[in-house]
Amino acid sequence: AEVEETLKRIQAHKGVIATIVINAEGIPIRTTLDNSTTVQYAGLLHQLTMKARSTVRDIDPQNDLTFLRIRSKKHEIMVAPDKEYLLIVIQNPSE
Amino acid sequence: MEIVYVYTRKRSEFGRPCSFSDRPAKVNVDIPPDPSMASGFILRDPVDSYVQHTSDMSEHEVNTERVEVESRGVNHVEGGWPKDINPQEVEQTIRFRKKVEKDENYINTITHLGTLMEHCVKQNNAINIYEEYFEEEEMAEAEDEPPSAKTINVISKLTSFFNVLLSKRDPNVTKRTATHLSWHPDTRKKLAVAYSSLEFQKNMKDMSFDSYIWDLENPNKPELVLKPSSPLVTLEYNPKDSHVLVGGCYNGQMAYWDTRKGGLPVEVSTVEVSHRDPVYGAIWLQSKTGTECFSASTDGQVLWWDVRKLSEPTEALVLDITRKGLLENALGAVSLEFEPTMPTKFMVGTEQGIVIACNRKAKTPPEKITSTYSSHHGPVYALARNPFYPKIFLTVGDWTARIWSEEHKESAIMWTKYHLSYLTDGCWSTVRPAVFFTTRSDGTLDVWDFLFKQKDPSLSLKVCDEPLSSLRLQDNGCVVGCGSKLGTVTLLEISSGLCTLQRNEKTLANAMFERETKREKILEARHRELRLKERARSEGQDTEVEEKPAESPREVLNRTRREFFEVIEMELQRRAQAETQHLRGKVPGVGRTGNRSRDSLPRGRGRGSASAFQVKDRAGEEVAAAQREESQLPKDREEEEEEEKDAT
Repeated sequence: AEVEETLKRIQAHKGVIATIVINAEGIPIRTTLDNSTTVQYAGLLHQLTMKARSTVRDIDPQNDLTFLRIRSKKHEIMVAPDKEYLLIVIQNPSE
Repeated sequence: MEIVYVYTRKRSEFGRPCSFSDRPAKVNVDIPPDPSMASGFILRDPVDSYVQHTSDMSEHEVNTERVEVESRGVNHVEGGWPKDINPQEVEQTIRFRKKVEKDENYINTITHLGTLMEHCVKQNNAINIYEEYFEEEEMAEAEDEPPSAKTINVISKLTSFFNVLLSKRDPNVTKRTATHLSWHPDTRKKLAVAYSSLEFQKNMKDMSFDSYIWDLENPNKPELVLKPSSPLVTLEYNPKDSHVLVGGCYNGQMAYWDTRKGGLPVEVSTVEVSHRDPVYGAIWLQSKTGTECFSASTDGQVLWWDVRKLSEPTEALVLDITRKGLLENALGAVSLEFEPTMPTKFMVGTEQGIVIACNRKAKTPPEKITSTYSSHHGPVYALARNPFYPKIFLTVGDWTARIWSEEHKESAIMWTKYHLSYLTDGCWSTVRPAVFFTTRSDGTLDVWDFLFKQKDPSLSLKVCDEPLSSLRLQDNGCVVGCGSKLGTVTLLEISSGLCTLQRNEKTLANAMFERETKREKILEARHRELRLKERARSEGQDTEVEEKPAESPREVLNRTRREFFEVIEMELQRRAQAETQHLRGKVPGVGRTGNRSRDSLPRGRGRGSASAFQVKDRAGEEVAAAQREESQLPKDREEEEEEEKDAT
């Protein structure tokens, strides 16, 4: 229930297009997009987050990735990684 | 010294099993040292020996195999589901998801991540951190940038080393010249290149006949291989239909391809009615059907074709400038030019250096040839009309590039200096009326901007070591492709200063062209007048001297010099007389009049004034000496002569 609330709140913010929660294996648990797009995002971002995390840790083993933001021409993809899950939010920044 | 050990066995015992046994060591042979042999050696004293306290290193060479990369697509299928769950089954997936959601860890994590995420989302909404300030101030001063060009792609294959720039070369072993390039009319990402060996009778057996269409995204492998029956000398995309190409072959045939149908030509013209020499120029015509093209070859014919029916040409023209239509007199065509805005006129550049302008719609064949321009000493390799001013066209041949105006047939209005190497191809820039490109046989690409500099190219780039054989500018004017003798096609991106239209450029270029045309006209009119006058004069006088059709420059110079001095002498005499009368009243020995010039003998008309003064002195001296016999002046004259000798 708390989870629901949190996700709903995030989704309600201005400019947020979609919210996706995926687990460590890349399986989407919770999503507001259609299945095929979700699967695509899940697979690709999962890999990217892993790579980013390993990069950060390679440079400094004490360090760890806390947040990943990808700003593109059309929107911004924000990834909050965790040991087991990944929270992905796609937002259209203020324009 | 032979050491022999003999082992004997009875024949009857052959084949018996061997029984090995141990035995103590026994000396079989003992060779003691022989001191007498030491005399064959020289004792070495001192002995040089070196020791180095470093680690031993050895050098090895490794040649790695060239990796071929290919772009492939990946089909992303849902995966990662645990084994017992079938991702297609909605129920199972839902159940799985619900299970995960009940997990406590999940709840905690998501709450935590949720707050983090919200923070960032709010941040984004609050302020646009990548805001672009000063957007209007992008008016760049492009004039200050020095002209430059950089290579963006080199099309080749079979490289032993791997550049940062991808290579696009002829994938065959025997290198053939890239004789013609044609850009795809729409996408600009494709380039069709015709490869053939233009050396006379140098066709080797294993030389392949293929020509390629390259996609710039994939420079390792051609997108499409065109397989004609004979190598293609020229290749052109149809500007209306981007799938169709026409090619002119080495044996004179014309072939037509449709890229949707693969690499073999859809139709090839019959050998009997085609050209008899390689087809050097093939251009599509503007027509309603979009299927008409025409071709020119060194056999002296220009043939028109409809690609739907390549079995015979629709029209033919023999390039005979005596206008008799005889094939024997015809000039071989090496380049062809057609401007879609003037559909009835076209121009042909010949091997003999003459450019023929023709009108297609003339009634009788002799009238088709409207005018000829005697342009170069050798074949006219390229012919191009200025896209902004169609009356002005560029010809490239022998060692120069010349710009002509259609109205003025006698000579070019502007021309470059004579280079050290042949010029092989040229074309105008499609965006700037004053810029054109030429390629040379020493591998250099020149960019000329004659509003900026007229004597030299404004940019000269050494593209490769072998001669460049063809050049083609993309329609946007920024990318130019040049093909070389060994089959390498290099794409260069021109700096924006050379491919953006400057202010007033059109008017300036127009003004320049008009000015040069006028100048040539005036010069020519003057020349004609002089010739007429001379002719009239020599006809009027009954001299034995024949009218000299062309005086050598030396003679002209001498004659002019003589006439000049005659005039000077007369003037001097007159003035000397006035002077001597004036000098009678003066103290003798006054310094000399006139400048002392360090030049010795007068040379050339430019030094006329200095020499005039010297001559004046001398003449003045002589006259004065003759009249007054002053001792001072002869000495002065000697001094002057001495000084002259010093100066010499």
